[in-house]
Amino acid sequence: MLHHTPDEISERHALKVNPAKTCQPIGAMYAALGVHGCLPHSHGSQGCCSYHRSHLTRHYKEPVMASTSSFTEGASVFGGGPNLRQSLKTIFQVYNPDIVAVHTTCLSETIGDDLPSIIKSAVEDKTVPEGKHVIHCNTPSYVGSHVTGYSNMAAGIVKCLCEKDETESKRINVIPGFTDPSDMRKIKGMLKEMKADFIMFPDTSGVLDTPQTAEYKMYPDGGAKISDIMRAGGSSLSLCLGKWSSEAAGVELEKKCSVPFRVLDLPIGVLATDRFVEAVSQELGLPVPKSIRDERGKLVDMLTDYQQYLYKKKVAIFGDPDTVIPMTEFLLSAGMMPKHIITGTPGKAFEKRIDSMMKEHGHDYEYNCSNSADLFYLHQLIKKEPVDLLIGNTYGKYIAAEENIPFVRFGFPILDRVGHSHFPKAGYMGGMHFISGVINTLLDKMDRETPEDMTMELVA
Amino acid sequence: MTLSILKERKDQVVERINGNETVSCSRESLAGAVSQRACVFCGSRVVLYPIADALHLIHGPIGCAAYTWDIRGALSSGPELHRLSFSTDLRERDIIFGGEKKLEAALDELITRHNPKAAFVYSTCIVGIIGDDLGAVCRKMTELKKIPVIPVQSEGFKGSKREGYFAACKAMFTLVGTGKPENISPVSVNILGDFNLAGEIWIIRDYLKKMGVEVVANITGDGRVDDIRRCHGAALNLVQCSGATLDLAKMMKEKFNIPFLRVSYLGIEDMAESLYIVADHFSHIDKDIEEKTRQLVKTELEQIMPEIKKIREELNGKKAAIYVGGAFKAFSLVKAFRRIGMSVVLVGSQTGTDEDYRELAKITDPGTVIVDDSNPRELSDFIVKKGVDVFVGGVKERPIAYKLGVAFCDHNHERKIALEGFTGMLNFAREIHNSVTSPVWKFHPARLSRVEEKSSEVCCG
Ligand code: SF4
Ligand code: SF4
Repeated sequence: MLHHTPDEISERHALKVNPAKTCQPIGAMYAALGVHGCLPHSHGSQGCCSYHRSHLTRHYKEPVMASTSSFTEGASVFGGGPNLRQSLKTIFQVYNPDIVAVHTTCLSETIGDDLPSIIKSAVEDKTVPEGKHVIHCNTPSYVGSHVTGYSNMAAGIVKCLCEKDETESKRINVIPGFTDPSDMRKIKGMLKEMKADFIMFPDTSGVLDTPQTAEYKMYPDGGAKISDIMRAGGSSLSLCLGKWSSEAAGVELEKKCSVPFRVLDLPIGVLATDRFVEAVSQELGLPVPKSIRDERGKLVDMLTDYQQYLYKKKVAIFGDPDTVIPMTEFLLSAGMMPKHIITGTPGKAFEKRIDSMMKEHGHDYEYNCSNSADLFYLHQLIKKEPVDLLIGNTYGKYIAAEENIPFVRFGFPILDRVGHSHFPKAGYMGGMHFISGVINTLLDKMDRETPEDMTMELVA
Repeated sequence: MTLSILKERKDQVVERINGNETVSCSRESLAGAVSQRACVFCGSRVVLYPIADALHLIHGPIGCAAYTWDIRGALSSGPELHRLSFSTDLRERDIIFGGEKKLEAALDELITRHNPKAAFVYSTCIVGIIGDDLGAVCRKMTELKKIPVIPVQSEGFKGSKREGYFAACKAMFTLVGTGKPENISPVSVNILGDFNLAGEIWIIRDYLKKMGVEVVANITGDGRVDDIRRCHGAALNLVQCSGATLDLAKMMKEKFNIPFLRVSYLGIEDMAESLYIVADHFSHIDKDIEEKTRQLVKTELEQIMPEIKKIREELNGKKAAIYVGGAFKAFSLVKAFRRIGMSVVLVGSQTGTDEDYRELAKITDPGTVIVDDSNPRELSDFIVKKGVDVFVGGVKERPIAYKLGVAFCDHNHERKIALEGFTGMLNFAREIHNSVTSPVWKFHPARLSRVEEKSSEVCCG
């Protein structure tokens, strides 16, 4: 399908071809779903909302609910205040959520609707019933990417809900980056094994990975509880897992409630998971339990057993900064050679971080790394310098097919495969799950392409 | 149980009693509703994008382009430029200073690199607000690049998908009549309103070929710009579906005096009927065409009927729900379900018109619920209440169906098996059969409770 990609790389300023990012509101919608009893509300035209819901549904294979202000021409000219007020009325009358999380779209941003004052008046005149919450954030899509939207909503949650609390407590807040419910569940699992006192938000586990119960619940059992989020203002430290998607919430918590924060990578791969476990253990003075050490041991065991299939394999990887960074580190520690590393999300810090990581690992080979890039560019890079493996979201499959490269799906969105909501890539076990996928994919290709009489021994 | 229908929506939901019911429709969605509706841009994009040798550039922020990238995977037998995603990726400074320069640069670069036969430039909400003069940029680039560069006025907030279809038709209409309509048979048609998501248009073309009918242009599945430019040379337009391309047929009738027939390729009756009316239309030119068509239908039916009969026996009495974009598709589906022994107990569409709903009320069974622009709450309530076995809908409806323990058939996206034509009817029957009779449902808690209810009924009886 991608035979229209020329080999020659040309400078492009004016456009994106085959984007490696999408727009802010979808990230905000996802973050809002990580609050229990929350209905995300898209303040704009209905088209955006419909796209965001479809996309999330196709990735998570779960119903995704969100309401929209349904802008029309009138609203676009005279402002969307009345639409938002009518929306809040409808929402509480019909869908009765505990909390509504409003985000903007390009349209309402450009018109310049003033969310705080519209919401304030709706609270004052009881359009928002007592005991219910309406939180909000701005998500102009012409800035940043879907990751920025997640970050803005995470910060919005803090701004609107967290309360300052001076009583001493040894408790951490964990603000996971834009990643799947499986990862959030895994991170919580590790914290529980360590017997840590923690509050995690947003938390989409139990919301977008629900079991079959025969009952359609508009508000599933999972998600961070509002009361817990409020208490996060009294924790002793916030761990922001991902600079792009979670730092802003940490900053906000410090500003509003004087809770200090640390920015860590999402615990993907050996080293990033080590750092996470260590940070928790240090802050709370807790030992690392044997179960976690064992898991680490198993991951290391797998890496050493199969190192010959990974060593020096060239990889192209694309996705969101907060997941691509630790994943690149993971690949490096497995002996692989990330050659092309790109993200669609803007931000020079991405390249800086990858550069310093390469140096730490003592690498001096040439590689390409860019932010704000697209898949057309990645395809051209691969044509110039072929790789042994491609790692990225669903849209990588076109490149993989055109160039016949083994492909492992990773990141957001994955529209055409299942499992990512349930099998984590975070934590040591998640690392095993991911790297076994990589190894098996490489072996599959070897098997396919090795003449019959030379096939590998059955045990590989 | 109490059904959660919004007060304001009461007249958008009716239960069929005598077939004379009307459904209030074509309304704007209520602000704050979890609407399943899409936007104008979505409508235009869906209609135009299968034109495979055209460039499709989305002028707007990245999202609108990202979500529609190869969203329906329309197939092409040649170029596949349409399956790439091009966006001007408007940034903050463009919002402030305008995006015309950027648009120009993007067009310049893309047309030079890809040499398309034409370029469509889609406007999104924000372009409507910042006031870029799409028309002017397109005129300039048309001159500069010597290919038609066509603006599509598809600002999302200007309505729902239907307005988007209209904008798409207007855009295409600027091409019609600009090519030479030479060497076209008097027995010729254009196929309008099929998008070739799974090779459907190839099936239909094959039937028409067997009847001796020349197809001038596919509009738009596996479509080509040059074909569309000369499609005014065809003798007849065949328009499928709820009018995604009906407006184009109307424009062509007015300007070129080309008549059109509304057809449907879904289900045995509608498929055969569609071919027969084409044959009838040309019978004064080709006196054998009616016989050829009868033969074709006969051969095709002989191939599929034995299996369909078997499937029918197993599905008899099962219940279906339909919620699709356009109402015309719903008509055919109601009949197709009847064919395999199933009754339709709920039917609705996002964009049906008054006329459409009258027709639906006529062809459905008493007790069938008819809805316009529904929402998940409402749909799931009806599914449970009516004891639906299979639900036909789009992506957003799928997980709801599965959560409720109801089989699902996606009639829109994500499908690579053709459902049109006679072969398509068999595929449809198989798919419905497979999903209704799959053994996995026996694990489903909803089904367990249904079984329990039944057995307790027996005990009490
Ligand atoms: S911005 Fe407008 S055009 Fe784009 S998806 Fe939203 S409603 Fe549609
Ligand atoms: S980019 Fe803007 S207009 Fe387009 S879908 Fe996203 S929010 Fe809507």
